[in-house]
Amino acid sequence: MDSDKCTGCAKCTESCPQKALEMVTEFIDLEDKTIAAIKEMHRKKIQYTCTTCKPETNQTPCTKACNAKAIWCVWNPSNLK
Amino acid sequence: MSTTTNKEEFWRWHEYHRIMPNIKPTNKDLITAGVDVGSVGSKAAVMVNGQAYSWGITRTGSNSPESAKKALNYALKDTGLELTDLKYIVGTGYGRVNVPMANKAITEIACHAKGANYIWGPSVRTVLDVGGQDIKAIKIDPTGRVVSFLMNDKCAAGTGRGMEVFADLLQIPIEEIGTTSLKVEQEPEPVSCTCVAFAKTEAIGLLRKGWSKEKVLAAYTRAMAVRMANLINRVGLEPDLVVTGGQSKNVGIVSRIETILGVKCLPTPNWREGALDPMAAGAFGAALLAKALYEKEQQT
Repeated sequence: MDSDKCTGCAKCTESCPQKALEMVTEFIDLEDKTIAAIKEMHRKKIQYTCTTCKPETNQTPCTKACNAKAIWCVWNPSNLK
Repeated sequence: MSTTTNKEEFWRWHEYHRIMPNIKPTNKDLITAGVDVGSVGSKAAVMVNGQAYSWGITRTGSNSPESAKKALNYALKDTGLELTDLKYIVGTGYGRVNVPMANKAITEIACHAKGANYIWGPSVRTVLDVGGQDIKAIKIDPTGRVVSFLMNDKCAAGTGRGMEVFADLLQIPIEEIGTTSLKVEQEPEPVSCTCVAFAKTEAIGLLRKGWSKEKVLAAYTRAMAVRMANLINRVGLEPDLVVTGGQSKNVGIVSRIETILGVKCLPTPNWREGALDPMAAGAFGAALLAKALYEKEQQT
């Protein structure tokens, strides 16, 4: 997730069937920004949490919901920009 | 006859404070402070117009607010400045929510990034912060802004606290631990456990086997350095690399990371001679962010 691109619209958190995302407040560029983040409990096992959405296609509910294109799946290394 | 003896505390590192002699703050200057309450050390820095003026490094006690106060008072000691002269204070570190006088709490990741940028300049891209209880590898841009970061698990393996345990076990003063670990003819195999509790057991076993203190220390330091190098590789190594936090003073760690990664770190400033102390990088960063936040507040 690219916290610079995230607009804080929270659409991804609603789209996630696993409810693995949440909105958090982070201090970025001298401002408290509300951005999407993976829940603490899922951070170490996100590759398992995300399997049901076929992350290898990079067309998961969360990536589709994100208008800012701030989410992508690193399952497939070629998705890493 | 008493059965107890006064045990020397080898882990006990020295607290100190420093004032930059070339800066004379007046009441027109913008004076800000950063307080970094770590798990082992509490650091406070005072900046005048964004220039480091004084700093103090103390041990964190059991009480975070007290430790924060102690560190800040230590930084203000002999400066003639009072707490009320500080326009803005930023708290950071493990105990950042417990800094009572702070105007704002900011994560130590942002502060270390800013602090490393201040100490070494804009060429720094990767910061390895080795604290008392955690290790963080932080990628930053030329302005000291965080690009991405990785942190170790909730575990003291390969951190400053682990080194303190080993200093006590091997009865080597903590400040000499880096040079002592380099006094081996050949680098031994790293210890297999980096977990402090298990590594201690393993080290005792090695000592019984007849290994010298230096060799045991080298094996442990090597294991720590491997762990840190792995973390840096995972976040993506991009030179220049710097080490901040207490372990930046451990030459055994820094030189081993350089060997493993095959790159040179930017040298640790000579803090003994009064240069900026990378152990207080978080406090410097916090004080700089405090200045930026104060200026922003004045504009609105």
